[in-house]
Amino acid sequence: MNNTNLYHYILGIADNSLILGQRMGELCGHGPSLETDIACTNISLDLFGQVRSYYQYAAKIANDGRTEDDIAMLRKEREYVNVLLAEQPNTDFAYTMARHFLFDVYHFLFLTELQKSKDLTLAAIATKSLKEVSYHQRFSTDWIKRLGDGTEESHQRMQNAINDLWTYTDELFHQTDADKAMVAEGIGVDVTRLKAAYYDKVNAILEEATLSIPESKYFQKGGKKGIHTEHMGYLLTELQYMQRTYPNMEW
Amino acid sequence: MSEEQIRNLEAQFEERIARDEKIEPKDWMPEKYRQTHIRQMSQHAHSEIVGMLPEGNWITRAPSLRRKVALLAKVQDEAGHGLYLYSACETLGISRDELYEQLHSGKAKYSSIFNYPTVTWADMGAIGWLVDGAAIINQVPLCNTSFGPYARAMVRVCKEESFHQRQGYEIMIKLANGTPEQKEMAQDALNRWWWPSLMMLGPTDAESVHTEQSMKWKLKRKSNDELRQQFVDQTVPQADLIGLTIPDPDLKWNEERGSYDFGEIDWDEFWQVVKGHGPMNKERMKARVGAWEGGAWVRDAAMAYASKNAERKDKEAV
Ligand SMILES: [Fe+2]
Ligand SMILES: [Fe+2]
Ligand SMILES: [Fe+2]
Repeated sequence: MNNTNLYHYILGIADNSLILGQRMGELCGHGPSLETDIACTNISLDLFGQVRSYYQYAAKIANDGRTEDDIAMLRKEREYVNVLLAEQPNTDFAYTMARHFLFDVYHFLFLTELQKSKDLTLAAIATKSLKEVSYHQRFSTDWIKRLGDGTEESHQRMQNAINDLWTYTDELFHQTDADKAMVAEGIGVDVTRLKAAYYDKVNAILEEATLSIPESKYFQKGGKKGIHTEHMGYLLTELQYMQRTYPNMEW
Repeated sequence: MSEEQIRNLEAQFEERIARDEKIEPKDWMPEKYRQTHIRQMSQHAHSEIVGMLPEGNWITRAPSLRRKVALLAKVQDEAGHGLYLYSACETLGISRDELYEQLHSGKAKYSSIFNYPTVTWADMGAIGWLVDGAAIINQVPLCNTSFGPYARAMVRVCKEESFHQRQGYEIMIKLANGTPEQKEMAQDALNRWWWPSLMMLGPTDAESVHTEQSMKWKLKRKSNDELRQQFVDQTVPQADLIGLTIPDPDLKWNEERGSYDFGEIDWDEFWQVVKGHGPMNKERMKARVGAWEGGAWVRDAAMAYASKNAERKDKEAV
């Protein structure tokens, strides 16, 4: 591979969308209303669309005969570099929306910067994805407010979700070696510089939603290094089922 | 209104339908017309929604990203069909909550085909090809039905269903031209979905109630057996083309009729599934009721938030 850093950098972006899209896809047909079901499926569709653009590009960079599907479905768990936040389960609709909200705010800031990348393919994917992600952000933000400031029960559930998922937010702003190399080349986004804007925005929305901002200073990390939570293996079992059971076939 | 006045109205109403005029929700209509339409449209809507489940079962396991995206989009289309049809139904003065209640209590029916399990990836192909295929045959005539909102919904729905049908067939082509294992998977799916698909077109004419009235209102334009014949004649050559075998030893081209003769349907199985004892009836209802009841606190929160917001806006206005 002539550009290992770029390859890993792309995976660092794409794996988040893959795993979140997979999680959202689990809900299809089981949402709390037909309208939310359609919206959630839409978000999953957007994410997988992005995933395909990224992995097709990664496959081109890798240039070793692997396809987008090989990259998406045939890596070992330790080779997936999504943040831990993305793989957290759909415990209830509050967790699902909290997970997406905490990611969407980051995703929006990230793509806004990625549009300026010197890598024109990444910049183009960012521009296209940004339109979708601004919708995702609006959708999850609306639900944070509705559930946070809805009924006593919904408030409690949303507060629990935010409290539990908060520990995974800090990892969004950790830099990997591939990140550093790509930032140096003007291709990557320096995520450390998104942190202040992220928490400002998240905190403001939580406040508006009458939710309290978690005070814990203890954070989890590992996803970006391929060390995942115990949920990940099961998620991959489903994602990879066909490719593992029927190797080397076309579908 | 006197009985005679009602009879006059009914006569005028039937004439309008005979002249191919569309009946709109605000028009006067006989109570039976209203009830029949609520029943048929809601049954159709429920089928779309319950129909999301067997295919939804494969979203997380789709074999490629391209297939995953296509499957998500398809299931989302079905949700959209449900949404139009519930809305069309609501124009007749019944709420979506009431319609759900009828589904969940077992009072309302949905298409029995969705009570079969999806056990391999090839089932995604077979469902698109056969189930959406049979649905189209049922629904194309409804594009000209007498009730305006239903007819318009069907025009849009049918366009999407034929896209689903092609997509399903395309999955089958790929499998049929694939490895021996893939081809076997395709044949197995055809074996399992063929007969239930024929059953989808309804009981045989001798056993079918409602038909005469439905014909007059253009809710039905051909008999179940005619539709079934059309489905068989259309589908057999498609199976031949990709080298799959229809699982019916009695299937034979009938030169005289210019149609295929086919074997006897297992009507006992049909009625067993219709009466709620198919392989997946309980699971499907558990999933629907579970989503609805499990989502109650979410819907309550959305309502509470909306009314708080309205109050806030009122206060601002003062
Ligand atoms: Fe449909
Ligand atoms: Fe349909
Ligand atoms: Fe369909």
